[in-house]
Amino acid sequence: MKTRHKKLALIGGALAVLGIVAALVLNALNSNIALFISPTDVVAGKAPQGKAFRIGGLVKEGSIKRQADGVTVSFIVTDTDTDLTVNYKGILPDLFKEGKGVVAQGRMADGGIFVASEVLAKHDENYMPPEAAKAVGDAHARAAEKKAAAQAAGGQAAPAANPSAAPPKY
Amino acid sequence: MTDRFNIYRYAAPSAFYPLAGAMVPWFAAAAVLFGLAGLWLGMLVAPTDFQQGEGYRIIFIHVPASWMSMFIYLVMAFWAAIGLAFNTRLSGMMAQALAPTGALMAFLSLWTGALWGKPMWGTWWVWDARLTSELILLFLYIGYMALVAAIDDPRRADKAGGLLLLVGVVNIPIIYFSVKWWNTLHQGASVSLTKSPSMAATMLWGMLLMALCFWMYSIAVALIRVRTIMLERERNTDWVRETLEGDGK
Repeated sequence: MKTRHKKLALIGGALAVLGIVAALVLNALNSNIALFISPTDVVAGKAPQGKAFRIGGLVKEGSIKRQADGVTVSFIVTDTDTDLTVNYKGILPDLFKEGKGVVAQGRMADGGIFVASEVLAKHDENYMPPEAAKAVGDAHARAAEKKAAAQAAGGQAAPAANPSAAPPKY
Repeated sequence: MTDRFNIYRYAAPSAFYPLAGAMVPWFAAAAVLFGLAGLWLGMLVAPTDFQQGEGYRIIFIHVPASWMSMFIYLVMAFWAAIGLAFNTRLSGMMAQALAPTGALMAFLSLWTGALWGKPMWGTWWVWDARLTSELILLFLYIGYMALVAAIDDPRRADKAGGLLLLVGVVNIPIIYFSVKWWNTLHQGASVSLTKSPSMAATMLWGMLLMALCFWMYSIAVALIRVRTIMLERERNTDWVRETLEGDGK
């Protein structure tokens, strides 16, 4: 083995070791690197107690309500499994919409309500013209209608999948 | 060096200097052409986005800059490995010549990302895995340049800088896969090798043309820079004297 090949092997070996070390460290830090936790984890008690943290998920369809004081907005964040009600006083980003991704920072208050101090919109990685988005939405709506008709005919209540256009990953 | 592979001839600065000089105008011209085509397609032809409106168009700078910032680092790490293993003179110079462009790309990526994040997400900055690891990449570039500049002997500077580059290379997969591995505010990749792109075709082409433009620009400026570094480092050799006594080309 020539010296330079030895050196190359040494560099390769050192990089492999470094990669494994980095992977182990990152794996150990996993929960600390995550920017937000899901409503399911909050309900399961995995949220930090008495500290601010971030939750993330989708804004549930039809859940955005402005409260009587006129400034507090209340909405439900869902991971399609568990729901969590969020109260927020402040300006919402433009992309904050029902059925879209959201990340909220705040802490748990009494009654299982999450009081947010900051709400960020999380959009997905799809880019298309509005006409194409409408076509996709229409197609999904038709598919959902068909499914509902089939269910009504068959009488078999299958768990309803989320019919909205390509649910964003979060 | 063997005579079998002719390409090794260009590992010598005296042979690479004129070759680099001859290549610069071609890459520069290609950068201008791809840039004009990409900007035209991206700014004028590509349709409005269904959820972000016109604001998404910053993608035509943001994504190529981010790709470039990661790729240039990989190329520098490659040169660092070659330099450490084979003790070649040119590899350290190549790594040094690429560093400022890589730092510029990382900075552009972060800066355009902040400009994009404010209207869309509602914040300039958030400490999520993607943004933080890209910031670390910028620090790696700056750290490499500072380290190399701080050591007077260029060969030792190359060795120290090369080690830093190789250690930092673990950050690149972390940046790239951060949006897959962890919950982040940053969305996933729209374009990747494992799935079909989730973008309209004209948007995609605009972005790819801009990426080509960034490639060509980076190659052109790196070649210009490596020529200067070659002259500076080899100033006591015959070929530099002959080159400078000639027409300066």
